[in-house]
Amino acid sequence: MNLRYTIPLIAVIVLFLIAFLGAQVPGLQYVFGVVIPYLALITFVLGFAYRVIGWSRSAVPFKIPTTAGQQKSLPWIKHSKFDCPANTWQVVVRMALEILTFRSLFRNTRMKLKEGARISYQLELFLWVGALAFHYAFLVVLIRHLRFFIEPVPFVVQLIENVDSFFRMEIIYPVFKFGLPGVFISGFVLLAAVSYLFLRRLFVHQVKYISIASDYFPLFLIFGIALSGIFMRYVTKVDVTAVKELTMGLVTFQPTIPAGVDAVFFVHIFFVSILLAYFPFSKLMHLGGVFLSPTRNMTTDTRVRRHINPWNYPVPVHTYDEYEDEFREKMVEAGLPVEKMPQPAPAEEPASDSEPEQEEQKE
Amino acid sequence: MNNKTLIIAGLVIFLIIVLFPFWYMRGKAAPAPEPVLTPMAKAAQACVRSTEYMKSEHMQLLDVWRESVVRDGKRIYVNPQGKEFNMSLSNTCLDCHSNKAEFCDRCHDYASVRPYCWSCHIENPKEKT
Amino acid sequence: MADETPKPEELIQIDHRPPKTDWMEVPVNIRKGMYCYASNPKSVEYVGLPHAREWNPLDEDWKLPENWQEIIHEGFKERLEKFRSFKVFMDICVRCGACADKCHYFIGTGDPKNMPVLRAELLRSVYRNDFTRMGKILGKVNGARPMTVDVLKEWWYYLFQCTECRRCSVFCPYGIDTAEITIMGRELLNLLGLNIDWIATPVANCYRTGNHLGIQPHAFKDMLDFFVEDIEEVTSVQVDYSINKKGADILFITPSGDVFADPGTYTAMGYLMLFHYLKEKYGLDVTWSTYGSEGGNFGFFTSHETMKRLNAKMYAEAKRLGVKWILGGECGHMWRVINQYMDTMNGPADFLEEPVSPITGTKFENAKSNKMVHIAEFTSDLIMHGKLELDLSRNDHLKVTFHDSCNPARGMGIFEEPRYIINHVCNNFYEMPANTIRENTFCCGSGAGLNAGENMELRMAGGLPRANAVKYVHEKYGVNMLACICAIDRAALPSLMEYWVPEVDVTGVHELVANALIMPGENERATDLRREDITGREGVEKVEEGESEGESEEQADE
Repeated sequence: MNLRYTIPLIAVIVLFLIAFLGAQVPGLQYVFGVVIPYLALITFVLGFAYRVIGWSRSAVPFKIPTTAGQQKSLPWIKHSKFDCPANTWQVVVRMALEILTFRSLFRNTRMKLKEGARISYQLELFLWVGALAFHYAFLVVLIRHLRFFIEPVPFVVQLIENVDSFFRMEIIYPVFKFGLPGVFISGFVLLAAVSYLFLRRLFVHQVKYISIASDYFPLFLIFGIALSGIFMRYVTKVDVTAVKELTMGLVTFQPTIPAGVDAVFFVHIFFVSILLAYFPFSKLMHLGGVFLSPTRNMTTDTRVRRHINPWNYPVPVHTYDEYEDEFREKMVEAGLPVEKMPQPAPAEEPASDSEPEQEEQKE
Repeated sequence: MNNKTLIIAGLVIFLIIVLFPFWYMRGKAAPAPEPVLTPMAKAAQACVRSTEYMKSEHMQLLDVWRESVVRDGKRIYVNPQGKEFNMSLSNTCLDCHSNKAEFCDRCHDYASVRPYCWSCHIENPKEKT
Repeated sequence: MADETPKPEELIQIDHRPPKTDWMEVPVNIRKGMYCYASNPKSVEYVGLPHAREWNPLDEDWKLPENWQEIIHEGFKERLEKFRSFKVFMDICVRCGACADKCHYFIGTGDPKNMPVLRAELLRSVYRNDFTRMGKILGKVNGARPMTVDVLKEWWYYLFQCTECRRCSVFCPYGIDTAEITIMGRELLNLLGLNIDWIATPVANCYRTGNHLGIQPHAFKDMLDFFVEDIEEVTSVQVDYSINKKGADILFITPSGDVFADPGTYTAMGYLMLFHYLKEKYGLDVTWSTYGSEGGNFGFFTSHETMKRLNAKMYAEAKRLGVKWILGGECGHMWRVINQYMDTMNGPADFLEEPVSPITGTKFENAKSNKMVHIAEFTSDLIMHGKLELDLSRNDHLKVTFHDSCNPARGMGIFEEPRYIINHVCNNFYEMPANTIRENTFCCGSGAGLNAGENMELRMAGGLPRANAVKYVHEKYGVNMLACICAIDRAALPSLMEYWVPEVDVTGVHELVANALIMPGENERATDLRREDITGREGVEKVEEGESEGESEEQADE
């Protein structure tokens, strides 16, 4: 058994039980519905700010963008504006492509060593599709959830709901009924994508080898969030008005626990709270970090505008004078120009025992 | 360029977005709406099922009804108490709850739900006929 | 080549499936052929770097200073504060695995610790333990581990199995650059005196003599004189050059490797011929320098500070000689340093002029501040303006492909200029497959100071992806010449080609230029600079070695 995913799995199951059982205890509903969500949000906001400010405190001494296209050089050579951005505007486009379309992931290839010692590199876009599906589904789910946090519900949110529930489907059997009120595709895409991301950690050898507990934990947690959400909406059903009364109470700082809120809801909001609180202390901070990556967010005009290193300090160098002092005689003899002609009384050469040996010829 | 300022600005914008509901709803209360019962509904005392059940499952019930009536031609619903009802939104539900605006819409608007019942059924059969 | 180096058919048996054992449980195995010898203490001492001592990587005891853990911890902390890149890259990796099969060392060895993500995890695991709470609490399950001697050895072994080529960073969704992590890791190792000699001694040499090879000024001049003779024998033209000349227009700096070892020497001859041509035709005055006789910078593979110390010579020499601007030769990491570090470290170069080609009048706007122009930019501009008389047929015996060197590719973005030149001096140019060139280019396997003799197996394995692509165009188009704009490439690729694709030779772009360049007063050349027959010139009488200038001219006249 691999502890790197069994421990996170057990952790998520334990969290589920805590919330599910805890919510049955009347007094504890306030803890799960009000206290923990507030604490989680505060942790998220402060933690996120703390991390980003922490990054901002570190200096950016050098301009080290990865140039993934032709530099801007001679006027008749076509400059690759967005892979080798020469000005801020082009950097903004590069960053936007990176953040909104995962451009670098779109380059992904898979290497194969074939018969006859031939290596091939094929475009491999499953990861890109999976990542894109995951992130955008998550975004849509988040925006949709604004209906629980704003009253009246803004038109934009309604619009997204309408688009998201464009496909209607229902299954009606005496024992299993599913599909009402309207199916939000995003939730299922999220569930599928998070499953894919998990399975690839499990079955792609190289990815499995590098995965650690903090890679699995958020996947399980998000799986739990998506599943509990879907469960509430399509299977067990909850009193949505009561749920919104609770969430609006949080938003307006008039917390209340209305009657008739199902335990599944407390599981759902508990999972979300855990995710929020966990976020700033984990790799999920790539949400903020992707904006700060010096290999992506800097201009490639390093020879045009001098970049200032805030901690640049003087270093010992071997000056020309020191150099000439050591080699003057030989230079003069070889007919090389010198700054100072040798003294009539030849100066002693500096101690030579500390001189490095000459590099041997390697070829 | 002082990129520290830029980062802090970005962070502030991010947090403003994250906390949007809090500052947008500041000072406002948004209690759950109270659906208004008509005198007829009050007089009936009980719906086809319990209030609790109706709150969370009425949409499912109506969907099953529709399926049953339209596809199977069966119009009689028997609730757990053994009481029989005509499966009809217009004639059963809206008979008591003839005040769609105060009864249905309040919660639907609150929860941002836009059921498509009303694309076929007229809102108040009694008034229109 | 070392005898122990496995045969190609053995080396190609690569298993890319990681072992069942957790990577933290797999102890480091420092294997012969895969590592470079430890730094010579004299070299470390000469440049004043700490903890110079005799030590051997194969020994159990590395003679570490007593407080080495503290040194690493404090050094780590300091670098997290000094380099946002380091801190962010430590924090945000999600281990998506996109980089895993992008590294030439992983492709060539199958060693999972050569996956860029795992190479970074070697440091990240210690970072988690030392600097994050989550890591401290969860420990190994969450990929955290304390710093031990074994971890240190693992760092050393794998950080000197990374050529800082940045290929992984192109594919990373967050741009995490393993080169940056390797640079930091090597800085930390250097705090304990744990460098390799193939870096440490060139650094000391460069500090003292101005170049990595330790060539003293008079010897440097001898080398150039020797080239002048060789050129005369092939072309019958005696080229003129300046050295350490005050008041010249341009200072030319190129890696010393090209002055020293074949086939770089032919590239150096190419420079001499080009500058002679430009002087004769247009009166351009270019000077070489002995104090600044090194373009490359092995300080870059040691620490930022060492890089700055060695790089300082370029501006200092330009200032002393009173030139207008600096022209840089074909080199890889030299250009990463010049392009991304030099101006910041040792600028502003306000004593120089904004570079303008005196021949074409072209303003090199892209080098406005740092005042250093790449010779491929310079020459392609000359060709574009029709300033060079060229006979392309003199390269007809060559079928050329172009290897984008890692640093000019992903640290500078110079892709079109060299191709433009090649296409205007050769008739037969073929590209390698798209996934192996330009920003996707593969390293020669010997960059970042790993071009030694003792790590030949590593070099051949790391160079496999590059060689494999060359083999493809060799078999498909009959390519027999691999052009590049990097001196390390010219030193490293010949062994790589000999090993994997023996039919292909290696050349610098300016050797091709010189072959095609019609020099004023030259004879009809029967051979190229390497004295190999030019297609269609078999009838032309060859100039015998050692013949005097007068005789060759007579022959040419006939």
